[in-house]
Amino acid sequence: MDPMEAIKQTYFQECDELLLAMEEGLIAMESGEADSEMINAVFRAVHSIKGGGGAFGFEILVGFAHVFETAMDQVRSGKLSPSADVVKVLLRAGDKLSDHVSAARAGGGSEVEDSDVKEELRRLTGEEGEDDGPPAADFEGLAFSPIQIDIGDDPVPAPVSVALPSWNIRFAPHAGLYAKANEPFLLLRELATLGSLEVQADLSRLPELAALEPDQAYFAWNIVLHDCQDRAKIEEAFEFVLGDCDLDISELKAEEPAAEPAPEMPVAEVAAPVVHEAASPEKKPAVAAAAEPIKQTIRVDLDKVDRLVNLVGELVITQAMLSQRLMECSAKNSTAGGGLGELEHLLRELQEAVMAIRTQPVKSVFQRMPRLVRETAAQTGKEVRLVIEGEATEVDKTVIERLGEPLTHMIRNAVDHGLESPQDRVAAGKPAEGTVTLSAEHRGGRIVIEVSDDGRGIDRARVRQKAIERGLISPSANLADEEIDNLIFLPGFTTANQVSNISGRGVGLDVVRRNILDLGGRIGIGSVQGKGSRFSLTLPLTLAVLDGMIVAVGDQTFVLPLTHIIESLLPKASDVRRFGSNGTLLNVRGVYVPLVGVGRLLGVPNSKKDLASSVAILVESEGTGRMALAVDAIVGQRQVVIKSFESNFGHIEGIAAATILGDGRVALILDIDSLVAGCRESVAKPSELQLAAGAKQ
Amino acid sequence: MGKTILTVDDSRTMRDMLRLALSGAGHTVIQAVDGIDGTEVLDNAGVVDVIITDINMPRMDGYGFIEQVRRGSANRATPILVLTTESEPAKKMRARDAGATGWIVKPFDPDKLLAAIRRVSP
Repeated sequence: MDPMEAIKQTYFQECDELLLAMEEGLIAMESGEADSEMINAVFRAVHSIKGGGGAFGFEILVGFAHVFETAMDQVRSGKLSPSADVVKVLLRAGDKLSDHVSAARAGGGSEVEDSDVKEELRRLTGEEGEDDGPPAADFEGLAFSPIQIDIGDDPVPAPVSVALPSWNIRFAPHAGLYAKANEPFLLLRELATLGSLEVQADLSRLPELAALEPDQAYFAWNIVLHDCQDRAKIEEAFEFVLGDCDLDISELKAEEPAAEPAPEMPVAEVAAPVVHEAASPEKKPAVAAAAEPIKQTIRVDLDKVDRLVNLVGELVITQAMLSQRLMECSAKNSTAGGGLGELEHLLRELQEAVMAIRTQPVKSVFQRMPRLVRETAAQTGKEVRLVIEGEATEVDKTVIERLGEPLTHMIRNAVDHGLESPQDRVAAGKPAEGTVTLSAEHRGGRIVIEVSDDGRGIDRARVRQKAIERGLISPSANLADEEIDNLIFLPGFTTANQVSNISGRGVGLDVVRRNILDLGGRIGIGSVQGKGSRFSLTLPLTLAVLDGMIVAVGDQTFVLPLTHIIESLLPKASDVRRFGSNGTLLNVRGVYVPLVGVGRLLGVPNSKKDLASSVAILVESEGTGRMALAVDAIVGQRQVVIKSFESNFGHIEGIAAATILGDGRVALILDIDSLVAGCRESVAKPSELQLAAGAKQ
Repeated sequence: MGKTILTVDDSRTMRDMLRLALSGAGHTVIQAVDGIDGTEVLDNAGVVDVIITDINMPRMDGYGFIEQVRRGSANRATPILVLTTESEPAKKMRARDAGATGWIVKPFDPDKLLAAIRRVSP
């Protein structure tokens, strides 16, 4: 890749990070929690986006960032106080800047309408609208010309005309010039690029050796520069040292004698006397002491991490195989077994450590939500406060990446459908401003993300009505509250009478649910009418390993994800009931659940036909409820490394992935949710189940 | 001919661009992300030929960094160029008061950058 193109990619990546930091700072300012460092960080973010943008010629972006930066500069210097109104404008400016970055990333063509926000920013700063003028003025280039540098060379063509003026320059450095590491020799060299040069060192101020102070300046130079058009060019050459020297430039009139000869001394080889006393060590800068330690990070190609994850996975498998071999050669009592146990323990730690590399705080997704809420609130005319909790909770990067879409949808949903209009809220005795809470926490090896609102809650009568209208349930169905709530996850379900611009773009909660299920997660819903609703997503921390129960069915071995298993039991023959043509029910302490043989379901040869003599494993899936799976035997429980085969075989209903067992055999990992969903449809409808249960009692 | 140059900038984009421009011209580039990091990198690197630093950085800004270097490190006589988007004289003056040798106005093209380096380093 073209290196500049690569840097541009880096720039956009960095912009994403900076925009997040900016957003974070602005939100802290909004809630009045921002300290000066946070305000500074916002300023720096805008500043850096502008700086990089300038380098790539994104002029519109730079123009906007400049106005924004000016405002932020005034805020950080205390000239502009960050009142609620000011922060509101800044937040809008932040959104706009982010649009600008997106537009720049998308390439030319798309323009972002920013004049109103720009105008507001200018009003804040008191800067008159100069019609996008500032950036140009801001980037005055250094115009010194990079040409040959050897003094020996004659860079100017032999003077053909005598029209070019000559200059008399007296240059006497102060000590400060040397202290700042400027070097007269280099200045002279620079001058030599402008024309032909006569230099004479003035050593008259040089004292006796005994009186010489090493860090004082004693030399001066009398210079005649011929054939230089422009006085400005000469001044520019001295740009860095103005104020640290006596400089006198005057045009040399024709026929005037050249610089008056200085005291006849040889033109010395000039070595600038730059020797400094070591500074007093106790004067450490205060900044260093105040600086807090920041976490050191490195950026690593994701492929490398994934390779590591894979290798560790293989290692775990190999260890399992080794341990099995050892069992087989009946060396149970040897000390090798103990060593192997130790190894297993270490491997597990290693695996956790490697997985932790892939984890990131959910913050990166959560931070996009405030803007979403603001926009949705503005479009729906609602007043919304977003509360975010647990944003430091870490979860696998892949999970984070795929969390954005469902979360976006759920947040929009909460604002658009969940919350009432301010008038309705006041009428219901609630504050006009609604609250949407987004939280994340680790719970039992999984991450739970909740989106809750204090809105109207689910109107179950309406949901039921709608579901009947759409033929999703029969009018006579007798559903529990929970079951009604879950109806909103069905494809094609929407309660909004009019499809709104916000939530109803044909993507329903069913898609959210699908997304979450694909991640190996579950989605739940709780709602109290008039008080609000709560959606909770339960997701695995990683997609690379899972704790599974290994079961045998016929000649085959399968893995059931432990997260879905409630219990396993040996059913009594009397607890197993035939139901309907080929359905079977299992009585689990008075509650009937469908019992399905995994062997029959998947067509495994040689599996036990008699369900009553097999082992029943009670599983639960989010949304569709419980059922019992009959297997021949339970082999054990262990952590397995997930090997996806979707890229080779595509999606297979009922099978989530595969893994390699200790004995080297491949075992399929069952997708409980789709198995259960599939079975419940074919075996029995919930209402029928209740009938059956009623008949029994 | 090649010089050892330390660049201090909190922006990855800017660091990459500096590295590209400088190493393309045959210089050896070492980099730091802020003033404190810069100080530490210098402690390990010893004397370098030129230091290029940004002004607005977290933890320790460019002014603080320059003062730190000038206040008696091994690099107290090393030329320091300040990267700035601000063309206001006040910023440049403040950088100079801290001990900066010169400045480069962003955005820079490689020629401008190399020319500025030539102006402060043999």
